Amino acid sequence: MTDNIRSLTSRLAEEPSSLAFLELGETLRQRGQLEAAIKVARGGLNRYPGLADAHDLVARILSDQDDLAGAFDAWSDALRLDPLRTSALKGIAFLYYRAGDVLAAVEHLERAAESDPDDESIPRALARLRSEARRSASAPQATKTSETVEARSASVPEESTNGAGSESPFGALEEGEQGLLLVDSNGLRLGGTLTTSAEGEMGDRVAAQLAGLSREAARATRLLGLGAWHSISVETPEGQLVLSAPTAETVLLAIRDRSLPMARVGLLAERAARAARTWLEREA
Amino acid sequence: MNPAQTALDRVTRVPGVRGALILSAADGLVIAEQLMDGIDGRAAAALAGSLVGRLTRTARSAGLGEPAFLQLRSEGGSILAAPGGQEVVLVAVTGPEANVGLARLEMLDAAGRFD
Repeated sequence: MTDNIRSLTSRLAEEPSSLAFLELGETLRQRGQLEAAIKVARGGLNRYPGLADAHDLVARILSDQDDLAGAFDAWSDALRLDPLRTSALKGIAFLYYRAGDVLAAVEHLERAAESDPDDESIPRALARLRSEARRSASAPQATKTSETVEARSASVPEESTNGAGSESPFGALEEGEQGLLLVDSNGLRLGGTLTTSAEGEMGDRVAAQLAGLSREAARATRLLGLGAWHSISVETPEGQLVLSAPTAETVLLAIRDRSLPMARVGLLAERAARAARTWLEREA
Repeated sequence: MNPAQTALDRVTRVPGVRGALILSAADGLVIAEQLMDGIDGRAAAALAGSLVGRLTRTARSAGLGEPAFLQLRSEGGSILAAPGGQEVVLVAVTGPEANVGLARLEMLDAAGRFD
């Protein structure tokens, strides 16, 4: 059991009403511990039946377990509670695609695109599905295996690596740095490093904790009528952390010493975000 | 006036602050609120609580310790948060022209009093 799972489990045991079940269930899902993940998710759902996030989590796990009917019901429940929920629209689109109903998949992805115009993965997935629909019209027996994976990448950025690329997304900005990290929407590190004096390299762990952050921030600002989010800054006694979104599907994290004024940390994060955006466009 | 209401009163007096609330860090439930019409306190608390929890874990993993102040900037304003002692978080919602510097100082001071 990793420290993160242990700490979330103990937090949930201490505070059964906590929303920690969302993160614990998702962490277990990402690690492939689906039985444990669904147990945690269903426990949380029983306590919070009106929480769309809980239905969404259950749907993701059931989808991973190939319980497609169950996943469909759970995503439908999430949509009933939050009709603009992009992840549920994309999930249902994926299920329709797997069932061979490309038109229904397209229809749900179009609604997802309307709900979240900043999500660049949706137009790409739509283009692929429309193209396939045209191909299917002329060759109905076309295989779907590879395209299924592609359809799912509506929520998974393409070309995501575990920071193994030969080039840094930040170019010269990263020289001598220990706190620049580019993360995709699934919590995988695209580039950069994050080293702590106590634990050493922590990039992958921190990246995993940032999965879905961009959407969560977008939901918060949208619900409060604040429009699109730009950045998040966190002050601690040890330093400062700035998060921004170079693209709709990525999050950039920059860490600096406390002595550097927050405004300068923000400027550095902006420069790093521009460099990362250029790198992502080149890699696409 | 109890300490929670005093804290909310001070923060909401800052120009540009649309409302403030105190929530339980453990479950994101509202403890006290002073919000303008049109802001859903329960939803704001749940979302802010979830974000603060996630960013706290991120800061810890990054070796930075416990956050003292957080700001989520957006085109229409900001969400500010100052975790205090006793597992509570003071949250404020501001417009784009708010005096965030003053709001930050008031929130840090108020959150410090929850210890």
